Amino acid sequence: MEHIRTPKVLHSLVYNVERLPTNSSGSPLIIRCKNFHVYRLLIPQEKDCLDVLASLTQLSCPERYGELFCFSFNPNLDKELREKAWGFINLKAEFSRMGIPCNLWHVTAANHEYRLCDTYPSELFVPKSASPAVIVGSAKFRSRGRLPVLSYFHRDTSASICRSSQPLTGFSARSSDDEQMLQAIMKSNPVSEFMYVVDTRPKLNAMANRAAGKGYENEDHYTNIKLQFIGIENIHVMRNSQQKYLSVGELAAPSMSDFLWGLENSGWLKHIKAVLDAGVFIAKAVAEDGVSVLVHCSDGWDRTAQACSVASVLLDPYYRTIKGLMVLIEKDWVSFGHKFSHRYAHLDGDPKEVSPVMDQFLECVWQLMQQFPCAFEFSERFLIQLHTHIYSCQHGNFIGNCQKERRDLRLQERTHSLWPHLWENRAEYTNPLYRTDHSQTQGVLKPLTTAYCFKFWKGMYGRAEKSVASHQSPADCLNAVREESQQLEEELSSHQEVPREMDAGQGIHMHA
Amino acid sequence: MELSEHIKTANVEDVTLRRPFHPALRGTLCVTSHHLLFSDRKDEASWQLLILLKNIDAIEKSVENLFGYPRAVGSSGTITIKCKDLLVLQLEIPGMEECLNIASSIEALSSLESVTEMYPFFYRPSHLTLNGPWGLSSTEQYYKQTERLWDRWRVSTLNSDYSVCPSYPSAVIMPREVDDDKLIRSARFRQGGRFPVLSYCHHRNGMVIMRSSQPLTGANKKRCKEDELLLQAVIDGSELGYIIDLRSAQQAQQARMTGGGFESKSFYSHWKRIHRHHERGKVVQESLIKLVEACSDPSHSVDRWLSKLENSKWLSHVHSALSTAGLVVECVERDGHSVLVHGSEGTDNTLLVSSLAQLILDPASRTVTGFLCLLEREWIQAGHPFQQRCAHSAYSHARLKQECPIFLLLLDCVWQVWRQFPLALEFSEALLLRLAQEVYASNYGTFLCNSEQERCAAGVKENTHCLFQSLLRPDIEEQYLNPLYEPTDLAIWPSVHPQSLQLWTGLFLRWTEYAQNMEEAREEVWSIVKEHHEQAGPDRTNNTLSTHCDTLTPFENLMDELTIL
Repeated sequence: MEHIRTPKVLHSLVYNVERLPTNSSGSPLIIRCKNFHVYRLLIPQEKDCLDVLASLTQLSCPERYGELFCFSFNPNLDKELREKAWGFINLKAEFSRMGIPCNLWHVTAANHEYRLCDTYPSELFVPKSASPAVIVGSAKFRSRGRLPVLSYFHRDTSASICRSSQPLTGFSARSSDDEQMLQAIMKSNPVSEFMYVVDTRPKLNAMANRAAGKGYENEDHYTNIKLQFIGIENIHVMRNSQQKYLSVGELAAPSMSDFLWGLENSGWLKHIKAVLDAGVFIAKAVAEDGVSVLVHCSDGWDRTAQACSVASVLLDPYYRTIKGLMVLIEKDWVSFGHKFSHRYAHLDGDPKEVSPVMDQFLECVWQLMQQFPCAFEFSERFLIQLHTHIYSCQHGNFIGNCQKERRDLRLQERTHSLWPHLWENRAEYTNPLYRTDHSQTQGVLKPLTTAYCFKFWKGMYGRAEKSVASHQSPADCLNAVREESQQLEEELSSHQEVPREMDAGQGIHMHA
Repeated sequence: MELSEHIKTANVEDVTLRRPFHPALRGTLCVTSHHLLFSDRKDEASWQLLILLKNIDAIEKSVENLFGYPRAVGSSGTITIKCKDLLVLQLEIPGMEECLNIASSIEALSSLESVTEMYPFFYRPSHLTLNGPWGLSSTEQYYKQTERLWDRWRVSTLNSDYSVCPSYPSAVIMPREVDDDKLIRSARFRQGGRFPVLSYCHHRNGMVIMRSSQPLTGANKKRCKEDELLLQAVIDGSELGYIIDLRSAQQAQQARMTGGGFESKSFYSHWKRIHRHHERGKVVQESLIKLVEACSDPSHSVDRWLSKLENSKWLSHVHSALSTAGLVVECVERDGHSVLVHGSEGTDNTLLVSSLAQLILDPASRTVTGFLCLLEREWIQAGHPFQQRCAHSAYSHARLKQECPIFLLLLDCVWQVWRQFPLALEFSEALLLRLAQEVYASNYGTFLCNSEQERCAAGVKENTHCLFQSLLRPDIEEQYLNPLYEPTDLAIWPSVHPQSLQLWTGLFLRWTEYAQNMEEAREEVWSIVKEHHEQAGPDRTNNTLSTHCDTLTPFENLMDELTIL
């Protein structure tokens, strides 16, 4: 047990530093972190305090990637191991786990060297029936070239989840290539007669985009699509909502009413519900109705990533394992160009680009864990650890905003990968109630999204309240019980082997 | 009037039963003096639903063809039955007249007021015999077990005929140096005769928790020397005691206008009075009604839900109760002073606060037996008027009289403590849920009547079975055990920060899909622990568990990993 803790805070985790007026005992400094830890320092000399404040402020917002911690972080791995570590998650293997390529879907080289879309991965999976011309044409008709491509293939029903950005429809424009692209996606699911296009934005926002030459699919132009708006708010609304939510946690001695009113007023849980609702809609379409879904928002890298990945967690038990969640994040977020460095303010930049998109995804998973305590291999701790690493810049995985940028930064040569590190320590993140043969582990999760199911995530947001680490954890307790049972079992079986050895080893006297 | 005379139609065939999250069933409905019985006729091994009529809180009927022909073909009625355990059922009954008859029989029989007509007086299961031991504890037993009391305290039987205080038990624990005559005078000075009696003696330092009703100082600031002497004897020369008054200072002042009041500083110079406002009576009952209403509409948006949850104020009551109990614990354990708790009557919030404080302080009250003993001493014998308080629950349309879910509030608070310290209590949520059900409608006599005196007069002990005895039978008790229990001697201080308190989903969302997965998780915990016990053998069972509670700080944040245990 640790009796004395030496807190270490990475500069990159510092969200802001506040200096309170100097008093008789010294100068107080409050450090708020991006993972919602709050540290209070008391520095005896005012001058030292000002120095600390100045250095922290400077160090916590580096201007260039080269200044980030991952470029100096050195866990003493040799070159070979480091390279091997980067191969730990292999997306090609993930698609082949889904059964891709197959007779309906294949990989296209259209985005080789990021010619078609610089924020997409270089390898894209598209319907076999889509010709190269259709692919290029479709990309031209989509915002930032983010054409519809495969994100998840559901083997049981042959229905798929595809993703894209919004189409450049304006008020009347259309593209026969893009229409053919959607037709090809629908046809790749042989039994289905239509497909859903899920626009995760509120309808009003989508309509407003038409004025800027963007917008949403016109159901008259695209044959056999059903358009569905979900109403997840944009990154600016989410950023403000989280700020309010955090300030609820910081209230000094709030009453129950203050607290509940604060939760309501922040709107945060309402937004979490919207994201989960999107996932539930998609998962139901794919698994129950066997209908393919194209998901998009505006650029297709925030709400789209949320909706696709939540749906995948609901659909596929693999994504509820430790390795599976890593793969999912690598696929739906890292490879498809979620702008990690912008959203999580890795560098000093536009504050309007910052938004807790990934926070919301992790929280959706947490809310699901509350409803299905036996369905997930990992515990809450794993999600919190992931959250910290997304902000910390200790490893190279989440640096930059897309694959191309990461390649140009030569991250694989210059930094280390987080995944093998988490994998080695997976025992810390295991949920004791998880069993591969449990009924909750199997098949598609069908969560309730009734308002009363959404809880305040104390493990994440309640950290400011607790200064002392707490120890009475049932999860730890159960894990220890499990471990001991296993040891005893091993002991028992080794005891059973002893007599046989005794028979064999004549002349040796043993007293058990 | 015989009970059976209320039954106008005893049997109806072809009734359709609808329950949440179950397919509709057709079968026969039968009304008896105390039960509603539905049996599914589909196959021989038929499924049955048996509901105590007393469990029915409200009944709503909608009859089609109300002005048509009474026995017209196809006319039918639907009755919605809302139970005190929050279950809601629908019955579709063919025949309008039958439907109305059934409804009126249920209405009449579910609101019986005569205690001896109630089901516990008729419940005669073959495995139980009457005249066995009744109850688990008594004042005398508590005194015997608590060695620290022997020196300065005695058991007084001045109330053996319930004439000094009708709502107290026959025996109470009092300071040795105060004789019964003085106690009688003190009783006259307290509302309902509830003079200060010992409720708990802290095993670490011998400090005590006393409870009483308000003193009857009135507008003229009357005083009672004997009452003052009694309290002086409680602290026995130590310089200070705390009076925790469960009303705001303003309310306590106002109480003087109606003959009540508070202990003034000038007459009780060694007692420091602290006021903590607690809602009571109707306000708390309405709070429960609002909360249950909010929980029963799944169509609410998140905003609306949070606003309704806030508006119900239920969690605010939980918050106040735990905060004040924490304050009592602080006085006793940290400051080392004795405490007197009272509000007005001393039969509701007073018991809530004093029993919660004991749960936090006393490891003995955290076992199954210990907890049931605590409830018996501090609620049943101490004269919480169960019959009045639990006459109706959250659905009833009847005009509120004396109803108030203070006992439910206690169970909720205990649940919050257990959620924050999941290893510290020997019992599990299942016991709390069972008690929440039994207190409103029961086969057993334990929660009948309003006081020992009434129970005595009705012959409850002679003619009914004891719930607590039955819960402790080994085969029954097992289902109420906490698989992770690891006793600790320390006080378990719950965090009362609003973010540490949660809606008790196990109770309030009991009949929703939400409860299903939690049940599976609970089974999983049991199977892990059982497997371990089998592996480890009887003598090694607690090895691992004991290594995990070195520090007893609340850990709700980690608890959220496994909110369901």
